[in-house]
Formats: sequence, C-alpha cells, structure tokens
Amino acid sequence: MSIDLSQFKQTFLEESEEGLEVLESGLLALDSGTADDDVIHAVFRAAHSIKGGSGTFGLNEISDFTHIMETLLDEMRDGRREVSQKLINVLLGSVDVLRAMLDAARDESDIDVAQVEKAKAQLAAELNSDNSEAETVATQQEKKVVTEIDNDKIGWKIVFTPFEDMLKTGNDPLRMLTELSYLGKYEVVVDDSKLPEFYALDPECSYLSWSIYLYGEIEKEEIEEIFEWVDGECDLSIQKLSEVLPTDNADLHLKQANIHQQEQAASTTVSKVPEDNPVSITPTKRNKNKGTSDPVIANVQATVDKKTEKVKEQTKPVVNKRKSADSSSSIRVGTDKVDSLINMVGELVITQSMLSQLGEDFDETSLEKLRDGLAQLERNTRELQESVMRIRMLPISFAFQRFPRVVHDLSQKMGKKIELRLSGETTELDKTVLEKINDPLVHLIRNSLDHGIELPAERIRANKPEIGIIHLNAYHMGGNIVIKINDDGAGLNRDKLLQKAISKGLVDANDNLTDEAIYELIFHPGFSTAETLSDVSGRGVGMDVVRRNIRELGGNIDVKTEIGKGTEFTIRLPLTLAILDGQLIRLGKEIFIIPLVSIIESLPINLQYVNSIAGFSEVYQLRDEYIPLIRLSSILNIPSEFTRLDEGLLVVVEADGNKAGLFVDDLLSQQQVVIKSLESNYKRVEGISGATILGDGTVALILDVSGLVDLVRDKKQLSSVVGL
Amino acid sequence: MNAEMVDAEALKQEQINIKVKNPASNQYLSFILNNEEYAVDILRVQEIKGWDRATIIPNAPEYVKGVINLRGTIVPVVDLRCLFSLEKTQYTATTVVIVMNIEGEQSDRIMGIVVDAVSEVYSVDANAIRSAPDLHGNDTMAFVKGLANVGQSMLIILDVDKILNSNELAQEN
Amino acid sequence: MGKKILAVDDSASMRQMVNFTLRGAGFEVDEANDGNMALAAVQKKQYDLVLSDINMPGMDGIQLVTALRKLPNYKFVPILMLTTESGADKKTQGKAAGATGWIVKPFNPEQLLKTVKRVLG
Repeated sequence: MSIDLSQFKQTFLEESEEGLEVLESGLLALDSGTADDDVIHAVFRAAHSIKGGSGTFGLNEISDFTHIMETLLDEMRDGRREVSQKLINVLLGSVDVLRAMLDAARDESDIDVAQVEKAKAQLAAELNSDNSEAETVATQQEKKVVTEIDNDKIGWKIVFTPFEDMLKTGNDPLRMLTELSYLGKYEVVVDDSKLPEFYALDPECSYLSWSIYLYGEIEKEEIEEIFEWVDGECDLSIQKLSEVLPTDNADLHLKQANIHQQEQAASTTVSKVPEDNPVSITPTKRNKNKGTSDPVIANVQATVDKKTEKVKEQTKPVVNKRKSADSSSSIRVGTDKVDSLINMVGELVITQSMLSQLGEDFDETSLEKLRDGLAQLERNTRELQESVMRIRMLPISFAFQRFPRVVHDLSQKMGKKIELRLSGETTELDKTVLEKINDPLVHLIRNSLDHGIELPAERIRANKPEIGIIHLNAYHMGGNIVIKINDDGAGLNRDKLLQKAISKGLVDANDNLTDEAIYELIFHPGFSTAETLSDVSGRGVGMDVVRRNIRELGGNIDVKTEIGKGTEFTIRLPLTLAILDGQLIRLGKEIFIIPLVSIIESLPINLQYVNSIAGFSEVYQLRDEYIPLIRLSSILNIPSEFTRLDEGLLVVVEADGNKAGLFVDDLLSQQQVVIKSLESNYKRVEGISGATILGDGTVALILDVSGLVDLVRDKKQLSSVVGL
Repeated sequence: MNAEMVDAEALKQEQINIKVKNPASNQYLSFILNNEEYAVDILRVQEIKGWDRATIIPNAPEYVKGVINLRGTIVPVVDLRCLFSLEKTQYTATTVVIVMNIEGEQSDRIMGIVVDAVSEVYSVDANAIRSAPDLHGNDTMAFVKGLANVGQSMLIILDVDKILNSNELAQEN
Repeated sequence: MGKKILAVDDSASMRQMVNFTLRGAGFEVDEANDGNMALAAVQKKQYDLVLSDINMPGMDGIQLVTALRKLPNYKFVPILMLTTESGADKKTQGKAAGATGWIVKPFNPEQLLKTVKRVLG
C-alpha cells in the first residue's frame, strides 16, 4: 500500500508556521522573564510537534535539527537546564534556521546546508555545555545492547505469563499468540493451573500462562516486538531452543519427541555460539529498531542526501525561491466562517427555488411576491458576498507576532531598552493586504527603534524612563483599518528636517512650509534623517518606499510628532483589495469611479471662490481654506462636456492629509465595485488604481486619488518655480 | 453514403496529406489592414469579436483604443492601423478585435488588436517564410517576422510578442 | 461495517494522515483535537480503538488514558499512544495509566496500518 503523504505536507507546513510563532514568542517571553510553566510547555510542544511531523512526512533534516532543539527545551522544561540569555539567543537563531528549512521544504528548494550545520553546531555546543555525559553514556549503552543480540537459527521457547491486570490495558493475549503464529511454525501449551474455581473467577483478570515453541530462523527482536507493549505486565522469558533442557518442560511430554529432534538438529550449529542466557526484555532496547524496515523513509533519506550533496557542489549561493510559492499559498479558515457560508448558500437555494416556483405560474397577483423574492435575493447575495470576503480576513496578529523578535534583536544590537506594546491584534483584514503591509510595518518599527527611541543614558538625561515604548495598535474605522505606530522617543526635529531638505534642494529656503509639510518630507525619496547611517533602517531609502507600498494597497500614511515626546505614524488601509465602495462620476462620455472613503463632499462651484495662481493653477476657497482645483479632464487627457467651472461639480477629496477638489461633469450613482487589475494585461497608469466592470458590462476605471494629487503637484513643480 | 460526406472525407484526406508533406508547416490567421494581408500565428489567437466601444485609458498612446471586458478580464485593445501609422478609417461592421495571448518575459498577457477584417486561415511551410527586407526608417518592419507567398498574394507575418510587448504597453520592471 | 477508531492529536496534519490512512483501509475514523474533545466523543460512540498523541495542550494523552480507563465502556478498549522515542518516561507513564501500547513517531502510513491491524485483527 502506498499513500501519498504530500497532501498532508501542506497542512503540516502550515501548522509548523504556527509552531514557529509559538517557539519564537515563547522564547522571547522566557528571555524577558515573563514566561510561566505553560509557556515553556507550549514551546517544547511546538518543537516536539514539528519534529514528529517532519519525521513523518520525510523531512529528515528538519526532524534531526528539531530533535536537538527539543532535547534542550526538554531539559529547560524539567528544570535541568538553566535559561540563559545566550541559550535563548541560540534557540532563537535556530528558529530562524528552522523557518528557512521549512520554507525550503514548502518551495521544494534546497536547504542552506552551511547555515543549518552552523546552527546545529551552536545547539550542540549548548547541549554539551554541562549535562552532556549522561547523553553519550546512554547511547553507548544502547549500542551495546544491540550487539548483544545474536541470531538463533533454530527457534525459541517463549514462556508468557501475563499478570492478572494485563487485560486492563487493553492487551489481549490472543493478539500476541496470533502474531507469534505469523512468524513461523509454532506449538502452544497452555498452563491453566492458576485458574481459580468458577465462583472465584474474575472475568477482568488473566489467570493463564503459555509456553510457546516457535521454530525457524526468527530474530529475537521480532518476538520482543510482539511483547513490547506488555513489558512490565507479564513474566516473559525467551530462550533459544538449543538451551532449553528437556527436563525443564515436565508439562510437555507430548511434544518431547518433536522438540528433541529439533534440538539435535540444531545443536551442531549452535554449539559454537557463546553462552547466551535467557534475556528478559528491558526498556532500553525497545527503540533501537524503529523504522528499520521502512522503505519509504529510507528512500526519502537517500534523496535528501543526494540533494545535500548537490548543494555542496554548487559554488553559487543558494537562491531563495520563496516568492514563487507565496502566490499559490493556501489559507486556513475557521470552521465558523465556513459554516456561515454554508448557511448563506442554503438560504440562497431556498430563495432561488422560491423564485423559480413563482416563475412557473406567474400572474399579476404574484407581483408583490416577486418583489419580496428579489429583495430576499439581494439580501442573500450581499450576505454571501460578505461571508466570502470574511474568509479572506485574517487577524493582524499574523503580522504583529513577528515584531517582538524584531524589537528584541534590534534593541540588543543597538544597546537600547525598549518595550513593545501590541494592541488590537484581533483586528481582521484581507489576507493580501496583510501580506503586503508586513514589510512597511517592519520598516516603521525599525525606524522608531533606530531614529525614535533614544539610548538609555540620553533618555535619563531627558528625564524620561530608561525603557522606551513602541506601541503598535490596530482598529477598524469605517471601511478602513487603522494601524498606529507610536513611540515615546525624541520626535522629529522640524528645523533639522527643513535644513536638510533645503541642502538637498528638495525645497526652497524661501518656501513658507507648514509643520505638516515639513514632516511630510521624510516620505520624500532619498531623504534620510539619521545622523549616522546604520544598518538598522538602511541608507535613507525606505520611508518613500513605505508610502508607495501603502498607496499601492489603496491606503495612506501620515506622521505626527512632537519634539522630545515622540512620533506617531498612522496608516489607513482598505479592509479588502477586492471590493470598494465607489462613487461613479462622468467625464464627457467616460465613467470613472472615485473611492467613497476619500470623498469628503461634493458641491456646485461658485466662480467667486475660484482663484488662479500664476495664471494656470487654480485654487478653490472652501470655507476657510484653499484647496487645489484639479480639472480631471486635462490631467487625464479625456474630453469633458463642460469647461466652464460653474457647469460641472467639485468633488472634494482627501489623500495623505491633503485636500483637493476634482472638477467633474456629473455625479452618478454610488455602488460597490469589484476591483480588477489593469496591470495584469496592461501596465500601471498614473492616477488610476484599477478597473471594474459595471452593470452594463462595460469597463470603468477607478481613480487613485493620492496619485492624482501627486500628479498635479509634480506637474506644478516641473513647470513653476512658485511653490504652492 | 451521400455526397456531402464524401467531400468532407476528401477534404480531411487532403488536409492530412498537406500535413504529411509539410511537417514544419504552421497555421496562420490572416486579416486585412489597409488592403494588405497580414497574418498572425493562429495558436496565439484566443478569439475574434466584433468591435465594441472601449473604455479610454487616460494618457495612453493614441494607438491604445482602451480596455474592454472579456468575460471579467480587463483587456487592452490596440489599433494596428494607428500603430503602423496607416491612414485612419471609420470602424465598420467588418472591423474586429482579434484577442491574442502575448508571451512576455515576466508573464503572459491577453491583448486585442483592431483590424479591418479577418480573412483566411493558411498553412504555411516554415521554409516558405522569407525574412523581411531591411527597410531602414520603417518602424512597422520591426514587427514583421517574415513574408510568405500564398497563391497570388503576399502575406505579412507579424511577430505579435514584439508588437505588444513594447514598454508603452507592458509593465516595465 | 468498519471498526471505529478515534484519532486524538492537536496536530491537524497528523490527524489527517491517520484519518486518511485508516479510512482507506476501511476503518471508520473520527478526530479529536485534544483530551477533552476525545472524552466528549467517546461518550457518543463506542470506539474499538483510540489513538492518542501524548503532548497536547489542555488535557494531554496520559490524562486522557487515565480518564478513559475509568469509563466502564473503555476499560478494555485498546488505546495506543502516538509518541516519540525521546519520550521513554512518557511511555512508562502511559502504560501505568492503562495504555495498551504505542506507535513511535515518526511513522509512515504502512507502519500505522500494520500496528492498528495488529490490535484490531
């Protein structure tokens, strides 16, 4: 029988992912001294499960590696090993290696052997640091036991006397007798001398004992294996037939002749074999032969070895193939979500059958029913849609749980003391958004660590607690998820930023910039705020990339800061990338969609409030503020119906904290639209974030509001020396 | 047995003969553009559909007519007349969009080309395709894979990947 | 009708593997995530064999065996522990609690099936 194990490998790898998180967070908790017994048990269990699973699914390298980790953790769990910072660091390092190995297993790419060996050596060094002797002695003993066992080519006499209670562990003597019968020709003599009188008989107890004569070339281990489970629940002796004296078996007159023959036949060959006394089974021998007759594992081992060799031969560094697998990754969904989906489908089916019944004999009197039915269908569809979306929603803890490690490693490296606080971890967002927001978040945290939080001495001087705090918080607001990264560090230095921007030629010294505009500069490409470059937050690349990544997700980021008090980044993201609440607008014959979240208001234009700056840029006075007025038709190069501003409408939008007015011909309806990619068959278009298909089957493009605002700003910077 | 079936049988036999004779022959779909006959590898053609209004893409090159909805997929459409700088005409009832698979370095894409009308399907022996003369200054020639004689007329075989993978049409990264 | 087996393991991949292997051989298999779920399951159905992991959060395998042996219906039902070779003392504890035997992890489907057939005949 052969069963394809690969189908379970995926599940295994997914649960290992969770195991890794448990390992990592547990080790971090142990390090900070906040761990209790439950944590260390959970950590041990995680390593244990990964080891067991990887062995089962033929990932022997992983299984070997985890075995060492497990041994260390086991000793920690039992209190036999003291938890030290160094030990934790080594274990954390091996978690990384383990993660890489599991990734390699998932992508079917090669394992970085050198890295694994290095980590193994470190683990082994820890393992051998004190209680190593017991280990090696134990293995030696085990080996000795193995060599002790010799073959006997003739057969065995087995005396099997179960203790009274053996049945209570679910072991049936019949099973053992049956299994012995599979090994070869055999004879059994039952001893019922201990059987009590019927009235005293307890059916739950075992009173019989058996003498079994087993003939043939049978390994003793095979017999031992059969009795493996009842060790300690019976008296058992396994003796070579050659050494059984006929007189030992007074109860076996009937068999005498037969056995005698056997013995004689055997004695010539066996006589040279050294004395081998009956050996009773001892627990130490049990494990030696696990899996020896296991072609599957043996095969896998062989291929793994080959792979390893291949890696060794390679001179090129091993390429990480992780990317390719990400796109096809699966998703684990809670059963409650699936159940609700099934319920929805159930309701949909009911509605459908109701409607089709209605259609069979329809007349005017059924009109009301039809309306109800359609309303029900609409509700069903909406609920179904929401449920399906919910399947893709995952808690943000999936992203957050990596950060304690990042903070731990970096703060050690930089000699800073930092406490990371997480809140709102259960806030759910779309899986795709979640995957793509991870890197920007890591960058922001590194940034807070590097540029935000001061060194302990500096903090004490500034009358602040020695330990800095980085707070990561997530919550839902409207149709968005908001993530805040907050530190109580030094804050951004307005004047320094400005100076730097001027020296880099990003702004003019005469520009009268608001504080917000100055802080915004950190998102400008090539702008770095660190006085000395560090390898922590990189070489001034980053914040612009962070913003670009967030914008690509249809979100935005802004910054608030107070010198000496700290900095707060706020990220707003759509909950899902698949569906959007949109406002349809018309521009000439074309229809565009503006995401409803970015619209503040729409109003007819009062020409009185329109001002022209430098002859071409227009601003609109909206109550007490001036906002740039963007003529969509000219920026998108689409002919519009109206050119006179008072004929069309102004849609006031906000992006990245900046307001702008979009001049459009007309407002149409609002509706939910399914977002389709324009890039998969075409390319990215400035000012457009995607496309959708309207009810009539035509395509409409979705406007990227922050991109549009940038587009206008860039144009102005190019064509004018006058800053706005 | 009726006559029609005999014909069908005969035709099939003929096709088989052609195939046997020309093991390296490929099939090409030809179309008309400004009274000239062009052709593309038929294996790349996904479907042919009548011209319908496309949604304009802002700031796109003039030859990009816009995007259409192909059963839920957003597909850009290119006007070949415009791309080849041929004289503009009104779209007529015969104007069609040939939807094709384009193989790119990064990924494959689906695009449509607008042509005056579709014409024939030809089997062309690979040996019968001659390389196009090197006409300097003619941008169109860069898109031509080769020329082939079919009966009386000349067939201009296009390299669709080259036409539709230009930087103006694909994500550059 | 196939004999009924309850597979108890906190690892979904292990449960799936056990379930798939044994179901393929004609057994009826139910799954439980941990000891508590297993105890709930055995109240509803009389299983012919219980396969249980040892290391599980909440109620572990040893506690489960102890609890099962207290139920009149499960006094003699075979219970196999899924264990690793490093857990020698766990085996002893499991045996003391009343487990029938064990299967050493890692095991492959063939080994599992062989052992289960050994117990169930």
